[in-house]
Amino acid sequence: MFPLTEENKHVAQLLLSTGTCPRCIFRFCGVDFHAPYKLPYKELLNELQKFLDTEKDELILEVMNPPPKKIRLQELEDSIDNLSQNGEGRISLSQDGSIASKNSNLNVCNVCLGILQEFCEKDFVKKVCQKVEASGFEFTSLVFSVSFPPQLSVREVRSFACIKLYVKKQSLSLGRDDIVQLKEAYKWITHPLFSEELGVPIDGKSLFEVSVVFAHPETVEDCHFLAAICPDCFKPAKNKQSVFTRMAVMKALNKIKEEDFLKQFPCPPNSPKAVCTVLEIECAHGAVFVAGRYNKYSRNLPQTPWIIDGERKLESSVEELISDHLLAVFKAESFNFSSSGREDVDVRTLGNGRPFAIELVNPHRVHFTSQEIKELQQKINNSSNKIQVRDLQLVTREAIGHMKEGEEEKTKTYSALIWTDKAIQKKDIEFLNDIKDLKIDQKTPLRVLHRRPLAVRARVIHSMETQYVDEHHFRLRLKTQAGTYIKEFVHGDFGRTKPNIGSLMNVTADILELDVESVDVDWPPALDD
Amino acid sequence: LSKIPCGVVAPEVTMPVVPLFVDRYFIHWYKADVKGKSCEDHCIPQHSNRICVTTLTESHPVLQSGKTIKSIPCQISTNCSRLQNKVSGKCKRGAQFLTELAPLCKIYCSDGEAYTVSSCVRGCSMEVIENILHKPSILQEKPSTEGYIAVELPKFEESKNITEGLLTQKQYEEVMVKMTDCRT
Repeated sequence: MFPLTEENKHVAQLLLSTGTCPRCIFRFCGVDFHAPYKLPYKELLNELQKFLDTEKDELILEVMNPPPKKIRLQELEDSIDNLSQNGEGRISLSQDGSIASKNSNLNVCNVCLGILQEFCEKDFVKKVCQKVEASGFEFTSLVFSVSFPPQLSVREVRSFACIKLYVKKQSLSLGRDDIVQLKEAYKWITHPLFSEELGVPIDGKSLFEVSVVFAHPETVEDCHFLAAICPDCFKPAKNKQSVFTRMAVMKALNKIKEEDFLKQFPCPPNSPKAVCTVLEIECAHGAVFVAGRYNKYSRNLPQTPWIIDGERKLESSVEELISDHLLAVFKAESFNFSSSGREDVDVRTLGNGRPFAIELVNPHRVHFTSQEIKELQQKINNSSNKIQVRDLQLVTREAIGHMKEGEEEKTKTYSALIWTDKAIQKKDIEFLNDIKDLKIDQKTPLRVLHRRPLAVRARVIHSMETQYVDEHHFRLRLKTQAGTYIKEFVHGDFGRTKPNIGSLMNVTADILELDVESVDVDWPPALDD
Repeated sequence: LSKIPCGVVAPEVTMPVVPLFVDRYFIHWYKADVKGKSCEDHCIPQHSNRICVTTLTESHPVLQSGKTIKSIPCQISTNCSRLQNKVSGKCKRGAQFLTELAPLCKIYCSDGEAYTVSSCVRGCSMEVIENILHKPSILQEKPSTEGYIAVELPKFEESKNITEGLLTQKQYEEVMVKMTDCRT
């Protein structure tokens, strides 16, 4: 059923005569159900023609200025017949009000510039889908985002303002806000087409995004004229190539009064020669997260790549040894590695290991069974003896919070090999076993002072356990608050950590080896291997 | 390597297999006869991250036996107190900038002598005399470590130049050999 009614006739007539396509006419008339938009273009043209044909008598156009003129319906019909032809010239309302019927060029809609003409039909959708399929992404749903050139809004407002001028107020029962939005209508039509072509539902929450950007260089000036009406709507901003962003244009359109608008644009926009161009068709998948725990068995391995002035100082890194495999399997563009705290190059991580999470950016492959993840874990473990990984699993972005929580709140246990300048006996270290919840103050260690703020950190050594080795060596196991600098607690860092092992024992102490025995965070969940 | 005190052999003191913490990450620079004052030598351990610590060498008069430190005021001049140095943030905003000749503090001894400790390097002051303020005798007990006078952060661009006016350990030892009047 044709969605337009008697009261829409004048508007429809006028819009058609200025070069507006049927779907945009529907939008201006407030047609807000999907079905009519989905009909094929040619059919819509025919239906529209039939609808406008029902009155054989002359249409009277009442205008405010100049006095009313008559338009012969036949001329209008001729011009509609010429729609599918590729002729030059256009229909325009000339000064005396008669429609000059040259060969019409309703090929390109003067409002949507082709968006609701060829760019919402099956052929175009197919083209986009071909690109999507060629991109090699794995997806089970998609969100479709489309971007139109800002001048479409200008044209729409302009067309509406001019139409209002020429049609008697009563017959135009619609306001500017009743116009159905271009993007909405576009999605009504294209979403089912995309779904059908790619075999997946459209889901606003999908991580897989297909985006299409349109541009129309020919009419960029439409926006520039806005600046003439309202110069302070378009202040040049730093780092912005064009001042005429969609935001700025929309703001200006809302701000500018109708009479000022009409002074600048007294007549409806004309049909351009060409339709919009497709600036880009891009696909991207939102990041996925993989978590686990790692052990570090090397005393010569940094957490992150150690590169100074383009020169790599130490081979490889914890993050590369784990992430490189994930990057390959998930076919991701890049990764971000984070962990619940970290250890120095020369420190081993034993026990259950340290929790970590890797964000894989723009992954092409995202679906893995738990078996496949287990195999991936095995692969990582087989490829290096410097690190080992456990509890590897996919997690959500929200879960990462647990890990960072651990960094600040949870306790850690360490094992250190300590040297003393004075000779010691077993009895000299026993008292350390009895010290519980020792409060220490640590000024920012000199070794990190160049990149950390100067501060004093109060920390707690919860408990200690000693193991005598010889006159100048003993092993110390400690359980400490998160954020404690262990090495500095042993050697004192020029006395900037107080108390320290040296001050407690009244010796000069140094740390020869340090191992992380446990990171007491219960995330990610342990998996039975 | 850390020096064994002159003339004293301490049988219990043995060197670890690896260099001590102060030697592992620090290069020791020296300035002899600071401000022309005989024997008032300073030692500046510099970390591989360019941070410098100002300390006194064992030949410094204040560290000789019999000297008692009376006070170490932090007021350098009417407008400048080293304790007013408030450093904040990673970029160390608010830090006082010190040149090589800037005075860090004055040490007053009970025998009436006063000694000025100088910065010796250019950089932002991180910390001055905080560690010895509560117990000045620490300066004499542990001059190379806990008894440090100041911590400075040189500008990144200047990191390579700051030690230009200073002596290496080897150069200093040669100077010491020549000047015997510091040794009593």
